[in-house]
Amino acid sequence: MSGPLLSLRRLGVTFGGLKAVSNLDYDLPRGMLGGLIGPNGAGKTTVFNVITGVYRPAEGSILLEGKPIQGRPTNVIARRGVARTFQNPRLFSDLSCLDNVRIACHLHCGTGLADSMFGTPRSAREERDIVIRSEELLGSFGLTKYRDSEARSLPYGEQRRLEIARTLATEPKLLLLDEPAAGMNPQETEALMRLVREVRDRFGLTVLLIEHDMKVVMGICERIAVLDYGVKIAEGTPEEIRRDPKVIEAYLGEEP
Amino acid sequence: MSGARGVIGTVAAIAVVWAIDWAGSRILNPYIYRVLVLCSINVILALSLNLVNGITGQFSIGHAGFMAVGAYASAAYTVYAVPLMLGAEASKGGWVAAAAFLLAILVGGLVSAVAGFLVGLPSMRLRGDYLAIVTLGFGEIIRVAILNIDAVGGARGFAGVPQRTNLAWVLGGAWVTFVLIRNLMRSYHGRALLAIREDEIAAEALGVPTTRYKITAFVIGAFFAGMAGALFSHYTYLHTNSFTFMKSIEVIIMVVLGGMGSLTGSILGATLLTALPELLRFASSERLIIYSLLLILLMIARPQGILGRREVSFRSWFSRRRSRPTPAT
Ligand SMILES: Nc1ncnc2c1ncn2[C@@H]1O[C@H](COP(=O)(O)OP(=O)(O)O)[C@@H](O)[C@H]1O
Ligand SMILES: [Mg+2]
Repeated sequence: MSGPLLSLRRLGVTFGGLKAVSNLDYDLPRGMLGGLIGPNGAGKTTVFNVITGVYRPAEGSILLEGKPIQGRPTNVIARRGVARTFQNPRLFSDLSCLDNVRIACHLHCGTGLADSMFGTPRSAREERDIVIRSEELLGSFGLTKYRDSEARSLPYGEQRRLEIARTLATEPKLLLLDEPAAGMNPQETEALMRLVREVRDRFGLTVLLIEHDMKVVMGICERIAVLDYGVKIAEGTPEEIRRDPKVIEAYLGEEP
Repeated sequence: MSGARGVIGTVAAIAVVWAIDWAGSRILNPYIYRVLVLCSINVILALSLNLVNGITGQFSIGHAGFMAVGAYASAAYTVYAVPLMLGAEASKGGWVAAAAFLLAILVGGLVSAVAGFLVGLPSMRLRGDYLAIVTLGFGEIIRVAILNIDAVGGARGFAGVPQRTNLAWVLGGAWVTFVLIRNLMRSYHGRALLAIREDEIAAEALGVPTTRYKITAFVIGAFFAGMAGALFSHYTYLHTNSFTFMKSIEVIIMVVLGGMGSLTGSILGATLLTALPELLRFASSERLIIYSLLLILLMIARPQGILGRREVSFRSWFSRRRSRPTPAT
């Protein structure tokens, strides 16, 4: 149980000739709330995509609890305990909020197809349990009143919250949040960051959070890595990052 | 409780179905009886295609191919295998023949399901238009292949298939198809299919093995289409001309017209589209023009289909009426 939850070893991702991520080493200890920052186009989302198996790394390895996961299908990596949100929320927008969360309970369902089609008591019982669990999650994210609303009809901030609630239904070990505060005003951002920390504490998660706006992560992340042009240029506590000349240079004109 | 209710419901449905058939064959004139039979077969086809196209969001345009596989597999089973197993007993009718027919329907469904699995495999790599082309190719290859198998009549058509299908069988078949797919849609398996339609990447990221579920949708869809084919081949003259690309298109129109993803919509669409050409018979020569115009008008008026993605249910009608809010006092 010792050792980091997630380790990236000499990770490289290329798109055609473009090196989106090169030679990235990164360790995320269990229970940590880590940050991955960098200007737009630095390769942050690409790191998430490669961890979750959307892309294959060109080189290097990704270890979850010491075991390699690179090249595995996305759903298998989710089963291993990695959940994520997307930079642009990817809700099932025609479905209700309840269904959005219920779908995310998939990994913890086991009734066979025949049971479901014949509507056996066993299947009915499992479905009831899923509803209860999903309603609990909606409740703890203050989304109860939207239970039966189409996800697309939710205000933007609520959509982001629903996306996080949905990832928790998979009962992940590692939660990857891609610019969760994008498009929010400072108050909403503040509230969201509090929520992220609460969630981490309550569910005993390890969180890795992407942000391009440095101010957002400084207050909440315990350890930050900075990417620029796919290369890690700094890593450390928020204090260290704030003073790092390379970081200041990468963010030049963006007011660190 | 829901299990007991399901059993009671099924028994009641079977009773109703046999009563309708008993009455139908005596009261209805043969022409209307025939339209009702074909209508029920189309309901099965539309429901099963809806599972693939409307619910899972894939784009299959070769559904008639699965129907053909089921039709010919079951017919060949009845013509060649049943006499071997039952001898003279088979031609007598009665319970033994009914059991043999039930088995033939299952054979049609299962063989077609295997075809569904094979056609579903490319969905691992292909999507959208490319997958559509695969399904189209499958439908045509199946038809041409059957055309060249002499044992099932080839281009002459398959004669001598015992006519076992009646209104009770097809209504029962449509009922079973509807109930099984509806139950599926109330389970996490069904929601996994919806998730694929909505956003495949998000579904994967939440742990849904999307490839497996896409193939599953094809297999289940093909099973029921094969069942429909079996009911068809034991009802009327069997020839590959019944399973052309136009038949696939017809079923697609039923699904789209009723509302993609709505099961009750598929029932409505299939019924409407089977009945409409018959109702228009009075206008013999303008029939096709009126038919096309009506379709176009309907799609302009309701591009999402008649029911969209909603379902109608008697139960919700009743409960809505009952729970209408009473004015505050
Ligand atoms: N699927 C892709 N195909 C080609 N290039 C890509 C793809 N995804 C990302 N990129 C490129 O990789 C670089 C990093 O992108 P991204 O990871 O989205 O940056 P960030 O999330 O840090 O803003 C960008 O130059 C982007 O254009
Ligand atoms: Mg990004």
